[in-house]
Amino acid sequence: MSDAILDIPLDMTNPVEPFLRMDRMPHIWCPACGIGTTVNCFARALESSKLDLNKVAIVSGIGCTGRVAGYANLDSFHTTHGRAIPFATGLKLSNPELQVVVYSGDGDLFAIGGNHFIHAARRNMDIKVICVNNLTYAMTGGQTGPATPTEVISATSPYGVFEPSFNLVQMAEAAGASYVARWTTYHVKQLSRAMEEVLHKKGFCFIEVLSPCPTLYQRRNKMGDGLDAMKFYKQVSKVRNGAPTSECALTRAGEIVVGKFVDRDRPDYLELLTHQMKETLGDRYADPEVTTCSEG
Amino acid sequence: MHADPKGVLTGVHFLDGDHACCEGTLAAGARFAAGYPITPSTEVVERFAWRIPTVGGIFIQMEDELAASIAIQGAVWGGAKAFTVTSGPGFSLMMEHIGYAAITETPCVFVNVQRGGPSTGLPTLPAQADMMQARWGSHGDYSIIALCPNSPQECFDLTVTGFNLAEEFRVPVMMMLDECVGHMTEKVVIPESDQIAITPRRFTHQSPEEFRLFKPKEDLVPDMVKAGDGYRFHVTGLTHDERGYPSMNVETQDKLVRRMQDKLKPFTNGRALFEAVNLDDAEVVVVSYGITSRVAQRATQMARAQGVKAGIFRLITAWPFPEQHIRELAGRVKAFVVPELNLGQMVHEVERHAAGRAKVISVPHAGGTVHKPEVILKAILEAAR
Repeated sequence: MSDAILDIPLDMTNPVEPFLRMDRMPHIWCPACGIGTTVNCFARALESSKLDLNKVAIVSGIGCTGRVAGYANLDSFHTTHGRAIPFATGLKLSNPELQVVVYSGDGDLFAIGGNHFIHAARRNMDIKVICVNNLTYAMTGGQTGPATPTEVISATSPYGVFEPSFNLVQMAEAAGASYVARWTTYHVKQLSRAMEEVLHKKGFCFIEVLSPCPTLYQRRNKMGDGLDAMKFYKQVSKVRNGAPTSECALTRAGEIVVGKFVDRDRPDYLELLTHQMKETLGDRYADPEVTTCSEG
Repeated sequence: MHADPKGVLTGVHFLDGDHACCEGTLAAGARFAAGYPITPSTEVVERFAWRIPTVGGIFIQMEDELAASIAIQGAVWGGAKAFTVTSGPGFSLMMEHIGYAAITETPCVFVNVQRGGPSTGLPTLPAQADMMQARWGSHGDYSIIALCPNSPQECFDLTVTGFNLAEEFRVPVMMMLDECVGHMTEKVVIPESDQIAITPRRFTHQSPEEFRLFKPKEDLVPDMVKAGDGYRFHVTGLTHDERGYPSMNVETQDKLVRRMQDKLKPFTNGRALFEAVNLDDAEVVVVSYGITSRVAQRATQMARAQGVKAGIFRLITAWPFPEQHIRELAGRVKAFVVPELNLGQMVHEVERHAAGRAKVISVPHAGGTVHKPEVILKAILEAAR
C-alpha cells in the first residue's frame, strides 16, 4: 500500500459525497461493478463544471444503471424502461435552463429505448446521454442485449450469441449527435473530462462507457473478476480521437477504440424551433413560457 | 385563480369537439403538448401546433405514443401543464405511462377520441369501447379520473375541468371523447378568461429541508415541486416512501397503493359530475355517456310520448364511477337501461351498484355508428313492462 493512501485522515469525507445522496448508501451495485466508477467520474465532472447543481437534472431508465438517478444529489427521475430520453425531452423543453443528463444502460437506451435515442439525436435535443455499456441486461440476470458481442454466453444465449450487435457510437453519429465519445471505466480521467465537456456543450451529446459486469457477463464468459476487467481494458483499448465511428465496432476480445469521435456544432431543437417560428410568425411569435403553472 | 387570458379564445365559435378540446387545454393553462398522429384525434394537437406559438408554449410531435405520454410528464415536472392526445391503438401504448403518472402522482391529461377496436379496428368510426381500459388498462392498483363530454361545448368545458381535477388530485385524467363527439361541429361559447376558474398546481411552501415529496396533506394528496428550484427531489416508478425513495417492503406498498386509491374517495361521493334528466318520476333510467347520451335523449322523449316515465342519468365522470347515485336510484326505479358503443362495459358498474334492486338492461353496440333511438326505446319499453 502506498504512503499516499495511508496519509488520508480517517475523518476526511470523500470529495464526491456532496454529489451523492448519502442517506441512500450503501448502493445496490455488486462489488467490482463499473457503474460506481462512472458515478464517481460524473460527480467529479459536476464539481469541475462549476454548474449550479440546482439547475442540473438527471433522468434514468430501468436497470442497474437506471439506479444512478436515485443516488445523485440532483433533481432526479427514475422513469420507465427505455423512456428516459423522451421524459428528458419534455423536462428540457418545459424548463430550458435545466441541464438535463440521461444516465442509463445499453439495454435500456438501445433495445427498448432505441427509437427514442435516434430521434432525440436527429432533433439534436439539448440533452447529455451517458450510456454505461456492460454488454448485458444485468439487473435481470445477464441476458443478451443489443450491445452484447457475438460468441458471448448469456442467460438467454446459452449456446453463444450469434446475432450482430449495434455499434453505439456509429449509430449516435449517424443519427445526428453533436458529440460522441467512448471510454472505459479504466479511463477515469478521460471519462471525467468528457463528462465535464458535454456539460458545457450544446446539443445532443453521447458518451458510451464500457463497464464491467463481473457477476454475470464476466463470470459466465470466464473473463475473471473486476481487476481482470481493468487489465483487459488497459490491454486492448486504443485511444484514437477522431477515429471514424464505423471502425469502432466492439467484439468479444478485440480492440476497444476509445476517444472523442465527434464534436460538431449543429443548431439544437429549441434554436431550430425559435428560428422557424420567428421566420414565419414574426412579432406574433410568443416566447415559450411553459412553466407558467403558477402557485396557489 | 382565473385563466391566463393569453390562452383563452373568448367568443362564440363553430367548432368540432377535437378543436374545442384543444381550446380547453389552452384555457386551462396547458403550454406543452406531445403527440403522435392518429385518427380521429389528431385535430386536437394539429390545432395546438397552430395556436401555441402565438400563445407561448411548445408542441412536439414525438416518435410514438410511448414517447408522447412520458414527454408530457417530464414537462409537468419541469413546471408545465401538459397533455397528450390519442385514440385506441395509441391509448394501448400509453398504458405504461398512465401507470407511471399514477404512481408518481403527476398531474396530466390524456385525451382519447375513441374509435372502433380491437387493434386497428375502425379508425374513422366511433366506439366507446375503451372505458374499462381507461380505468384498468395499466398494471397494478391505481385510480384515475375519466370525463365523457357529449358535445363540442363540453369538450371545451370539461377539458378545463379535467386539468383542474388533475392538479387537485394529482392523478392522470382521461378525456374520453368518441369519434362522433370529436368530429361533430356545434356552437361553442368560450367565456372571458376571468370567468374560467383554474386550479393552480399544489406547489409547496415548505423549504427544501422540511419538504417531503410524497408526504400527503389532509386530503391524502401531497404538495408538489418542480425541477430547478433547489429541492433536489427524487421521482421513481418504484414503490416509494414519503421521501420518494424506493422502498421494497409490504408496509410501504400497502400505504402507498391504498392512499392512491383513497385520495379519490371524496370524488365517488360528493364530487361526481353527472346530468340528471326527468329522474323525479322516472321508472326507467337510461344510464349513458358521450354520443350515446344524445341518442338516449331522443329515445326517452319517444318513451315519454308513449306514456313511459323514462329519465336519463348521464355519466360525466365515468371514473370514479358515481356509485352512490346508482345505489340511490336503484332503490326507487324499476330498471336501468344502459346503451353503450361497446358490448357491455359500464353496464357492469351499474349492475354492481344496483345490486339486484333494479333490473339492468344492456343495449350493446359493436361500434362504427351510433344506436338507432328505436333500439334504445325498445329496451326502455321492455324495462317498463
